[in-house]
Amino acid sequence: MEHYNMNLTLKVWKQKNSKAKGSFETYQVKNISSEMSFLEMFDVLNEQLIEENKEPIAFDHDCREGICGMCSMYINGQAHGPWQQNTTCQLHMRAFKDGDTIVVEPWRSRAFPVIRDLVVDRTSFDRIIQAGGYISVNTGNAVDANALPIDKKDADAAFMAAACIGCGACVATCKNGSAMLFTSAKVSQLALLPQGAPERESRVLNMVAQMDKEGFGNCTNTYACEAECPKGISVSNIARMNREFLSAELNSED
Amino acid sequence: MAFTGFFLITFLIVHAGINSCIFLNDNGETFNTVAHFMSHNWILRFLEIGLFVGLILHIVQGLMLWRQNAAARPVKYYSNKPEKNSKWYSRSMGLLGTLLLIFLVIHLSHFYVGTKIALYVHNDEPHNLYEEMREVFQQWWVVLIYLAGIVALFWHLMHGFQSAFQSLGLNNKKFVPIIKVAGFGYTVIICLAFALMPIAFHFHWIS
Repeated sequence: MEHYNMNLTLKVWKQKNSKAKGSFETYQVKNISSEMSFLEMFDVLNEQLIEENKEPIAFDHDCREGICGMCSMYINGQAHGPWQQNTTCQLHMRAFKDGDTIVVEPWRSRAFPVIRDLVVDRTSFDRIIQAGGYISVNTGNAVDANALPIDKKDADAAFMAAACIGCGACVATCKNGSAMLFTSAKVSQLALLPQGAPERESRVLNMVAQMDKEGFGNCTNTYACEAECPKGISVSNIARMNREFLSAELNSED
Repeated sequence: MAFTGFFLITFLIVHAGINSCIFLNDNGETFNTVAHFMSHNWILRFLEIGLFVGLILHIVQGLMLWRQNAAARPVKYYSNKPEKNSKWYSRSMGLLGTLLLIFLVIHLSHFYVGTKIALYVHNDEPHNLYEEMREVFQQWWVVLIYLAGIVALFWHLMHGFQSAFQSLGLNNKKFVPIIKVAGFGYTVIICLAFALMPIAFHFHWIS
């Protein structure tokens, strides 16, 4: 792939804290390599800002390998930028060309309040997990790995759901700010396996209740979440959660 | 949304089926007989109440979704490209539904109100619904309004049919393609049947 350098104009959301009113700031960056990742480009910009004695831009990042789910950013109107099945840290600058203007915003959701600049508080996801995204295990020694037979098909489907890294792109991209793809992936990964059976019904009821309590919107099946998910989590998980929910609701007596 | 949606989907089959009797080209004899039965049978009178309840519930649920979903994103995006990840009509169900509601008011004032006045106010005097249709569809602008209503219905159903299955969890990898094809087939047949009615009357394809 041909290497090139580019000069870019960045329009970045700046916000002091969750209470403050934010606004866009415009920055210029020069000689950005097409081989840099989007976050490396932000590192260059922040170095530049520090040298100019200005406040650097706060953004979330951790592994920079596309597996931790920490990076966010709504880039030019798309969660994690223009590439599909891709996180912001894995978005490379070759997706842009010299002279481009790039708009960068934080995830926008009532349940993800902005902490500072591009950093949002995603602990609402943690609270959904706490409401039921766990299994009961026997204490004592770890059981033998293959003691419990599991159909290959179910194991694969559970693994596909478990690929969710909880980045919040589904919520960010959904026109309703719905967290159904995230919650359904977390419900599915356990509902498909025998280990998840004991809490199967209470899990889906409690996690959905918590999801609603956090102020996420409702799913209207536009499937934008699936298209923008960096891990390609399927909306068939949402259908599964709806099934689980209906049957749990019918069986529940309280 | 899905339960009431399925109910309304079922109603449309009955509605389109009965109205298609006009295409028999027998001067509306069959159609008027069925219409008379539909407006006089007490079981159907009872189901009619259910239909209005279903429709109103569908609208109320839609309004509740719209309110809750608008509240879930208090600060909107400055730059947003939803066309990159979803179909326009799946994002426009509220707008399409509103257009359909406006059309329904016009549609009921054309054909429903007259039938009911004949039945209850004028002591069940004979009412030729077929003649009424023929008269109403002589005006070109009425035909245009009906075609616009059917276009809104087409896109509403294109999303709604498969979406109802997804909401109830009545699908999986094997059934999704079948549901999508069935939804497309249903939508095209229903909308084509409805669209041909005003056109056929207007251009005198049927006597």
